[in-house]
Amino acid sequence: MSTLTVPQPLPPVADDCEQLRKAFAGWGTNEKLIISILGHRNAAQRKLIRQTYAETYGEDLLKALDRELTNDFERLVVLWSLDPAERDAYLANEATKRWTSSNQVLMEIACTRSPQQLLMARQAYHARYKKSLEEDVAHHTTGDFCKLLVPLVSSYRYDGDEVNMTLAKAEAKILHEKISEKAYGHEDLIRILATRSKAQVNATLNHYKNEFGNDINKDLKTDPKDEFLTILRATVKCLTRPEKYFEKVLRLAINKRGTDEGALTRVVATRAEVDMKFISEEYQRRNSIPLDRAIVKDTTGDYEKMLLALIGHVEA
Amino acid sequence: MIIKPGTRKRGDDRDEAMAQSDELEALTKAFSGHGVDETTLIAVLGKSHPEKRKAFRKGNPQFFKEDERSFERWDDHRIKLLKREFSRFKNAVVLWAMHPWERDARLMKEALKDGPDSYNVLIEVACTRSSEELLGARRAYHSLFEHSIEEDVASHVHGPERRLLVALVSAYRYEGTKPKEDNAKAEAKTILNVIKSGEKKTDNEEVIRILTTRSKLLLKAVYKDYQEISGSNLDEDLKSDSRLQETVQCLCTPERYFSQVLDLALEIDADKSTKKALTRVIVTRADVDVKEIDEEFNKMYGVRLTKKIEDTANGNYKDFLLRLIAKGD
Repeated sequence: MSTLTVPQPLPPVADDCEQLRKAFAGWGTNEKLIISILGHRNAAQRKLIRQTYAETYGEDLLKALDRELTNDFERLVVLWSLDPAERDAYLANEATKRWTSSNQVLMEIACTRSPQQLLMARQAYHARYKKSLEEDVAHHTTGDFCKLLVPLVSSYRYDGDEVNMTLAKAEAKILHEKISEKAYGHEDLIRILATRSKAQVNATLNHYKNEFGNDINKDLKTDPKDEFLTILRATVKCLTRPEKYFEKVLRLAINKRGTDEGALTRVVATRAEVDMKFISEEYQRRNSIPLDRAIVKDTTGDYEKMLLALIGHVEA
Repeated sequence: MIIKPGTRKRGDDRDEAMAQSDELEALTKAFSGHGVDETTLIAVLGKSHPEKRKAFRKGNPQFFKEDERSFERWDDHRIKLLKREFSRFKNAVVLWAMHPWERDARLMKEALKDGPDSYNVLIEVACTRSSEELLGARRAYHSLFEHSIEEDVASHVHGPERRLLVALVSAYRYEGTKPKEDNAKAEAKTILNVIKSGEKKTDNEEVIRILTTRSKLLLKAVYKDYQEISGSNLDEDLKSDSRLQETVQCLCTPERYFSQVLDLALEIDADKSTKKALTRVIVTRADVDVKEIDEEFNKMYGVRLTKKIEDTANGNYKDFLLRLIAKGD
């Protein structure tokens, strides 16, 4: 569920554009105004604002934001203002570049988006980068990571709820076999996680637990230093319990010495309109402290205020 | 033929015998090749007297066998084959009327069901359709079969070709005019090195990466550059790996690929799945590049595709195919 709060009645888009223009005008920038507008508009509304701003002032809103804002606040606002498909394409592209490479982000995008959303991200990738997502992922990853990530980003899973229990039993057995043999990169293991529908994967993993006693992630924890196992476990989590996966990302980002703003920004910007409410609840359950309190403790200034706006924090 | 008593001559008997054997020949031809010649069947068999039909049965040992209880009996296998030939027109019409997405989804499903001998159809669909068409086929596959094409390919195909086929059906290639990274020469060199090293190409990650993720425009440039640096064509050098060869042909030289498939399909002793290709190729390419295929066919085999179809196909099926090819005129 979304944590975004949008004012009722909604101000006309021309007003929003005028206010934003005022926020950029003159010396300095009125960040509060920017947060009060962009931090409280949904994707369709933001798209309209961008369009209208460009028509009215002859400039892409994102360019203005890039010029006027800085650091973490800028990144959050810019990422937030992008259309979700463009945002995913941008994050994925960043994740294939050398200094910002992240197998985890690629897997996260591939596994937590719906099949349709992943498809739209691939289309946005074509438009923005003039190549295909799988082309870049294949080029920039190697070995088992490549064998896992390319099918993940190329998947177009069936999105129905139908589940075949016989198949679930058979594939749980295959998973268990390969894991027992420590054949973590085996093509059967990968094909089950990368091609089956999410409903089917969930059924298979439930059966795994029933039949073999352990959660599959417990069995995949044999070597805590093995990065491939780490990403496999994260894949499983993204496919079965995304809110738990994102809670962990947030927890690690906040607890880290100095905070991992990159991860914090990414999770809030990409999930605010999707399931931030569940992630927030999970965070409180797991850490005994509400997410907004943790964010206030760990971040400052406009960056903090924008994060709070997006997670639906209401000033007391 | 009304015969006045007393007017029969020796010549008349000979003419009658020749007319009978002509008719027998026409009937046999009406049942042979691709499809059936409905008009001849109606004209000859339809109006025939019982003795004519008996002569037909006696004169056609490959259709009828002498039974021990003194009658000529249809060969069961032959009836099965005939059923197929009668259905050819129906299948072509149904396939033609279908939405292209449903068509491709069904073709891929059938290929998976038929097994490794038909996997070239998977490669054909995945590589000769545009990115949007392949995407559409994947959508249709969801609706028709409640699975994704990649999950079915991954679970039914075994061995080294699995990785190639899954990647091919999952591809969403960039189709813009100027790809950002124009490193065709480097990619061609990479492939050449793998081929020279003698290692198994279907297992090679780089070869798979290049063929399954790069844009078609770039791959055509790779094909050209490969020719320049090695002196031979890439698909010829991949002869020992038929899947890779088919992949390269479909991606880089589709008209040649289709011409070859059609040539095999039009052979007299073509087997069931090879023969099916005639309908499949004409129907799926009629709106795309059937004219170019016709020209390439002529270049390769010295005879127009339309002439070959005229000679080997029959009846409504033949007329339908020729009409589809002529559509673009």
